[in-house]
Amino acid sequence: MSESVISIQGLRKSFGDLHVLRGVDLELHRGENVAVLGRSGSGKSVLIKIIAGLLKPDSGQVFVLGQDVERLRGKELDAFRQKIGFSFQNSALYDSMSIRENLEFPLVRNVRNLSRAEINRAVEEGLDGVGLLQTIDQMPSELSGGQRKRIGIARTLMLKPEIMLYDEPTSGLDPITSVEINKLINEVRERTGASSIVITHDLTCAKTTADRVAMLLDGTFERIGTFEEVFTDPDERVQQFYNYKFVE
Amino acid sequence: MQTETEPRTDLPPKASVEPGVFARFFINLADVATFIGRFFRELVLPPYEFKEIIRQCYEVGYRSLLLISITGFITGIVFTNQSRPSLTEFGATSWLPSLVAIAVVRAVGPLVTALIAAGKIGSSIGAELGSMNVTEQIDAMEVSGTNPFKFLVVSRVIATTITIPMLTMYTIFVAFVGAFINVNQNELISLTSFIQEIFGTITYLDIFTALVKSVVFGFTIGIVGCYKGYHSSRGTEGVGKAANSSVVTAMFLVFVEELFSLQILNAIRGS
Repeated sequence: MSESVISIQGLRKSFGDLHVLRGVDLELHRGENVAVLGRSGSGKSVLIKIIAGLLKPDSGQVFVLGQDVERLRGKELDAFRQKIGFSFQNSALYDSMSIRENLEFPLVRNVRNLSRAEINRAVEEGLDGVGLLQTIDQMPSELSGGQRKRIGIARTLMLKPEIMLYDEPTSGLDPITSVEINKLINEVRERTGASSIVITHDLTCAKTTADRVAMLLDGTFERIGTFEEVFTDPDERVQQFYNYKFVE
Repeated sequence: MQTETEPRTDLPPKASVEPGVFARFFINLADVATFIGRFFRELVLPPYEFKEIIRQCYEVGYRSLLLISITGFITGIVFTNQSRPSLTEFGATSWLPSLVAIAVVRAVGPLVTALIAAGKIGSSIGAELGSMNVTEQIDAMEVSGTNPFKFLVVSRVIATTITIPMLTMYTIFVAFVGAFINVNQNELISLTSFIQEIFGTITYLDIFTALVKSVVFGFTIGIVGCYKGYHSSRGTEGVGKAANSSVVTAMFLVFVEELFSLQILNAIRGS
């Protein structure tokens, strides 16, 4: 087994009386994609926000690339975050900036001594990588949901992260655009070799992008394994999730 | 590496009791003090967001010019018109330019500018940062290794602190224009006499005080708007509350600061 890039032990997080994470353990290996499945409000997004250092856990440990995230401060934390790519559920594009400025934003602030030509080339390559070079001078409000997701991913890739965290990458998208986003997630892994955690409740997304699936039930990972291993489990809560198709 | 799953003991315990009204007030006060402290720390530490500061100065200053022009002009006319009857009773209408000068420079100019800025700029900052918070744009900046506080808060507070004194001087000028048109029409006072009257009345201390007050007002409006927006609760309702609360709090603080500055100025003049 390759080295572990994320190691989570006994992670707990509550908001008031709401105990969201009740002792989560997870290992993510280099080059691996893990999908975290669970119902809305089950704490999936909280988990990756803790990994990225956006939220503090109540207890437990989160080691990312060998560093205890909770103890990182200032420049150490900034340097750590450059190795993490975070694709937000609603893309989180800076709506007062053009697409070009959105992609430039992390680059000009974190990579010193880049010429204008180098920045332009990096931005164009980034957009070309997600097939949206033509949107370079548009504003985020002029784009569709799928385009915004792609550009959000392109922006996170500008700093060449070692780990990608995808928060609901296909939510709010039509099935065809969802398939395109799933393909993009796989392309990103092939192109960059980055390990990923994909937060989703979309089984197609989990099946097509993940090596392993972790099922978050009642604040803990009750099932971790391949898609088939997890969904052959007779647990009623897992089967409810799998058997849901559509309501007539 | 710690491997057991028991809660860590090196972290502060979670509060199990909800704080009361007074406790919440002091917690909020401590939050604001921390926010202001962080502003000054980030202000001096590199890197500096010069481009964003200039952009914000443009947003805050240039885009408020039309509103400030109209309001300042009308204030000058109305103030002159309202003061005339009282002065006429004492046969002192020739003092009208002096009265306008003192009132506009010492109080009306800085106060009107600050109140307009609190309404237009403070609410806009509160709503913009609140909206960025709700749509996770602030989180996105943070995870991209950028300091959102420096980029969003420091640049905006610097912009309001620099541009509101400039807008105040402009308001005073425009109010004088309005006042001159009014006295020129009614008392047939020439421009030269009007200017001589004004500059014969106001002192450097008056102008200096107006500038210092405006700097304080500008800082207050910027920091309140940023604090409310940056700490807005999630959801669109939170954005509205942040915008509204920015205006109300900033206006209240501007009046309190005006009162304090008046006391200080009176003490200086008395000594």
